[in-house]
Amino acid sequence: MTITLKVNGKSHEIDTDASTPLLYVLRNDLGLHGPKFGCGLGQCGACTVQVGGRAMFSCIMPIAAIGGREITTVEGLLENGKPNKVQQAFIDEQAAQCGYCIAGMVMRAQSLLQTNPKPTEAEIRQHMRPNLCRCGTHAAILRAVKRAAAA
Amino acid sequence: MNAPFSPSRRDILKGTSALVVAFSLAGSRLEAFAQNAPAAAAKPVTPDQVDTFLAIDEKGAVTVYAGKVDLGTGVRTAFAQMIADELDVPFEKVSVIEGDTALTPDQGPTYGSQSIQNGGVQIRQAAATAKAALLEEAAKRLNVAKEDLIVTNGAIGARSSNQTVTYGELIGGKQFMLKLDPAAPTKKAADYKLVGKPIPRLDVPGKITGAFTYMQDFRVPGMLHGRVVRPPALGAKLTNVDESSVKQIPGVKVVREGDFLAVVADNEWNAVRAARELKSSWSKSETLPDEKKLWEHVRNTKIVKDDVTSNIGDTKAAMAAEGRKLSATYDFAIHTHGSIGPSCAISEFKDGKLTCWSASQATHNLRKQLAKMFSMPLDDVRCIYIDGSGCYGRNGHEDAAADSALLAKITGKPVRVQWSRADEHGWDPKGPPTLIDLRANLDTAGQVTAWEADFFIPQGAAGMVELVAASLSNMPTDTALSPGGIVQDSAIGYKFPNIKTVCRRLETTPFRPSWIRTPGRMQNTFANECFLDEIAAALNVDPLELRIKYTDPADTRGLETLKRLEKLSKWERRPSPQKNVTGNVVKGRGVSYVKYELVRTYVGAVAEVEVDRTTGDIRVTKFYVVHDCGQIINPAGVEAQIEGNVIQTVSRTLKEEVTFDRSMITSLDWASYPILRFPEVPEIVIELIDQPAEKPWGAGEPTAAVVPSAISNAVFDATGARLRSVPFKRDKVKTALQSA
Amino acid sequence: MRFRQVIFGIIAVVLLAVIGGYAWTWRPALAAISANQKPAADKQAVRLGAELAAIGNCADCHTTIGGTPYAGGRAIPTPFGTIYASNLTPDPETGIGTWSEEAFRRAMRDGVDREGRQLYPAFPYDHFTKATDADIHALYVFLMSKAPVKNSIPANQLDFPFNYRPIVAGWKVLFLREASLEPDPGKSAEWNRGRYLVEGLGHCGACHTPRNALGAERRNSAYAGGVAEGWNAPPLNAASLAAHRWTVDQLAEYLSTGWHKLHGAAAGPMADVAKNLGQASDGDVRAIATYIASLSQQPRTANNVPPTPRDNFVKNVSPEVAAIYAGACANCHNDRNDVGPSKAVSLGFSTAVRQADPSNTVRVIMHGIHAYQTNGGPYMPAFDGILTDRQIISLAQYVRARYTDQPEWTDVKKEIDKARREGVRP
Repeated sequence: MTITLKVNGKSHEIDTDASTPLLYVLRNDLGLHGPKFGCGLGQCGACTVQVGGRAMFSCIMPIAAIGGREITTVEGLLENGKPNKVQQAFIDEQAAQCGYCIAGMVMRAQSLLQTNPKPTEAEIRQHMRPNLCRCGTHAAILRAVKRAAAA
Repeated sequence: MNAPFSPSRRDILKGTSALVVAFSLAGSRLEAFAQNAPAAAAKPVTPDQVDTFLAIDEKGAVTVYAGKVDLGTGVRTAFAQMIADELDVPFEKVSVIEGDTALTPDQGPTYGSQSIQNGGVQIRQAAATAKAALLEEAAKRLNVAKEDLIVTNGAIGARSSNQTVTYGELIGGKQFMLKLDPAAPTKKAADYKLVGKPIPRLDVPGKITGAFTYMQDFRVPGMLHGRVVRPPALGAKLTNVDESSVKQIPGVKVVREGDFLAVVADNEWNAVRAARELKSSWSKSETLPDEKKLWEHVRNTKIVKDDVTSNIGDTKAAMAAEGRKLSATYDFAIHTHGSIGPSCAISEFKDGKLTCWSASQATHNLRKQLAKMFSMPLDDVRCIYIDGSGCYGRNGHEDAAADSALLAKITGKPVRVQWSRADEHGWDPKGPPTLIDLRANLDTAGQVTAWEADFFIPQGAAGMVELVAASLSNMPTDTALSPGGIVQDSAIGYKFPNIKTVCRRLETTPFRPSWIRTPGRMQNTFANECFLDEIAAALNVDPLELRIKYTDPADTRGLETLKRLEKLSKWERRPSPQKNVTGNVVKGRGVSYVKYELVRTYVGAVAEVEVDRTTGDIRVTKFYVVHDCGQIINPAGVEAQIEGNVIQTVSRTLKEEVTFDRSMITSLDWASYPILRFPEVPEIVIELIDQPAEKPWGAGEPTAAVVPSAISNAVFDATGARLRSVPFKRDKVKTALQSA
Repeated sequence: MRFRQVIFGIIAVVLLAVIGGYAWTWRPALAAISANQKPAADKQAVRLGAELAAIGNCADCHTTIGGTPYAGGRAIPTPFGTIYASNLTPDPETGIGTWSEEAFRRAMRDGVDREGRQLYPAFPYDHFTKATDADIHALYVFLMSKAPVKNSIPANQLDFPFNYRPIVAGWKVLFLREASLEPDPGKSAEWNRGRYLVEGLGHCGACHTPRNALGAERRNSAYAGGVAEGWNAPPLNAASLAAHRWTVDQLAEYLSTGWHKLHGAAAGPMADVAKNLGQASDGDVRAIATYIASLSQQPRTANNVPPTPRDNFVKNVSPEVAAIYAGACANCHNDRNDVGPSKAVSLGFSTAVRQADPSNTVRVIMHGIHAYQTNGGPYMPAFDGILTDRQIISLAQYVRARYTDQPEWTDVKKEIDKARREGVRP
């Protein structure tokens, strides 16, 4: 079936099974590799993107459920080809080790700062809770979110 | 639907074929610098050649060929720093190629915190050899004495004149044809400009903007998506497959080879659905021990040999002598690597040759294993590393590679295999269960007179880990256990008069073992450093003081580490447990220390914890680390490694445990194998001791060794309860609290 | 609201009871104790008290989200307004620091505080009154051993006439039976222990028994199912809707871990109950399971396969909801009747999907299951936002039709709005 998706400001006609989770469409049909496959179960957050302005697990979001909502991936945060405020803060803090989780982390942090521009440490930790990191980059990620909030 | 691979990768591959096709008669060093020297020769990968490690093009751009790979640790950047500094070229002019069996040397697998210490140092020696030759040649060209030359940004100039010649002009595009000189002089510590600086990592911006290509992102034209369907029980035999159960999903093909079962499809989601919905029947198989009696099982497993890792004095006599005897048994649960991205690989057979892209930390070993599995000549197999999700040891990458190679062989097309979460948790090789008995004798004067330890750990070392696909399909593979160098740090560095430590090597272990970050060292140090704390408590002395007392007075770096730790953590000298504790949530602090493998990186740590006496929940609130890994290449990189070690090992210590029934692992996702989340992450305070004039040592593992014991010792300090079994889950903590 | 009219209709009865009962329920103030009269923190008593407090779920109400356990202040919504749970730490000004054991025992048994004021029955003394002296002693010692926390509790916000405390006297005359339980000699010691805990400190009926207009449990409908914080507390008696008949073993595992492979995960307030029972002794949990299992004894054959779905389900299904189920749900909830990732069970086993109203199904879909995320256990992502309300409605009806033989639900949308108003449990 053909579904129209608006991703990072552009419309795309996607012809695929309606049960396909958004993650596979973004990665395979649109070549956007920022969102990652981590569990396919909504447990780890590596696939986090924004749908309708909110951070969501794209691995458990069938495209049949999206409707007209706009989708933003980590690639869509770039402003004139340059990292946006949150991305730049992650770069400045070198907040990535293997980095597999990090696009999801950036998207989760972006959502927090959109709704709560000056979060407390406890609010940041609670908000970032759905996203897992195995390398132990958490401390650097927390510094990056604070830096972005202060920027 | 297949995205092109990134330009940099494509360029590399193009360059590769040019290099591989070009051929040259090996020439002397003079020929290398001659005007008519061939542009490119078959690139050597033997570790005795400079060209194995380095190439400089006409524009002076330097390519480093590293056998060690960047697993997210930042060694790619560190290599670039070391080589740019050694050659005096701008940092931006250095690029690094890693883990391609056709291009890079076999520097051994990327494990053991050896990437800088061994891999980087070897490449630096190649650079020093190259630089000496370049200077000699420049001296001839410029007709000046070698001592008169100075290198700035890849250009060699004479102090006495304004003539210069660049590296590009001297060697651009040609091979050095030089033997690596182990004695070639490297720079003096004071002359380094990049080494020791927190240079930002090369890979970070791309990872944060989504531009970086991981193995999981890599695509090959015309490839199929494969998903494996593993047996529901270890050792189960496939009795029936109902292919009609997936016929409603378009483009799906079921592949079966012995007990190896998989599906392939041109659409990835269709492959996922087919793997989920394919109906198959398997024989019943119950080969695993009773989980509740795991430690009895380990203790009763046949011992095939004893490795005596230290034997000082006569512990038998010393233990028999008068004194206060202490003994305790420690255990450390079975762990998974737990990569956030499940393993992934692509294989392609073309003209009888196999190319396999994977995130393997040991592509040269994988190449041998795949050649063996398919009974192919080694030369017909090429394995190429592409960064994957962090692996922390030998996880499932090699197995995904074997899966993809088998599917590529059977289907005749390139096949990408992406493991599921359950594949990763269920089928990556595991950190084996570790059981440790410790005994000590304390004399009436408060001296430790004897220390004895038995470590019940599987036989084997770091080698080739059995490939799952090969075993399931009855193809050739290595079957010896390869748990890694898990005897390390069973011996202790403290100066007791009588010490005997024995690794009792077991014939089997419940799951296919492999090395997980800090293999053996983490488990062994947990027991040693906790038991030392038990001795301190028995003697009613401060545990940090006891460590200082028994450290070799000649080991000034060790003593310095402990001294700085005392200051950094504002350590208050007193015996544990602390007195007069009230309230439900109680606080404590614990210390731990290791000289890694007794010969390298020093780490001292203090953990601060809060224990909820009602629930048994432990919160690690703060962690102090003092770290001496010799010459620091990139302090930001070292700090990131220490932070990562602390957080990952706090997770391992408090939460992690592979669970299983008689048939199979039951902890197959993050809900059943939880790891640390943001609210639980401790504050971390680090002090690095830089030793610019010393050798650089590893930093990727050593800190993990001290984390479990520091936490256990802190819990003891807070509550008087001694935790001897990792992970420190609620039930165990509550039981320990009740007997405290 | 019809509910209100009923209340005012019987207000005369209540007033009579108040006046008549006031004298009967009146209690004097008891003397305050000083700090040095606090009981010694006897280790055994503290441990026993901690276990009993877990069985009593005391900390659930007497702790705010993220607050110090037992320091009180949590808002308890009732049909009559909001009540704030008191501070049970031994702070002399804001907690129970000046309470003697006698005062504490009297509160548990008679529902009055140290100064003799009536306590609202949101504090389930209609159950606690059955606790033995020894158990109340252990609880008292346990609470008094805690670090005092100064935490002033806000005033209750109750509608007239319920804001007038003496009215509680009338309630007590009608509903409070201050009698201990006599063991049933015809039953096992385990069953009797279970009954004592379930009827007493465990106060299971507080949620699982329907309540009358005055908020009292309807004795003749004991364990016929009730409500708890918007969730449906399913019947524990013969009306049980479980696809599998609960056995003692299954209940014991479910109560102490919050999950059983043939029943699924505890969610909502029950997740907290299971978390607490995880702290209780295995023997007590087993006793509770023995008694609860006996409530639903029925001459029904054990049906260890889920019922066949309604036969009209296929023709009513829209392609959209089938795709949503396949893409969002089926990775965990499989049709093989075995346990999927996140400890998901086949939905044919789910009591929530079989219940007469969709409240639990809707809440689980919207808010997910997170209670055990820290220590491992069942998990489900929250789908509120991933799915629109319209999609949640069709998904709820879809699983109802596909996995049960029960009729379609009415007004799922109302439950969605209600669940959203009530917010997410952390």
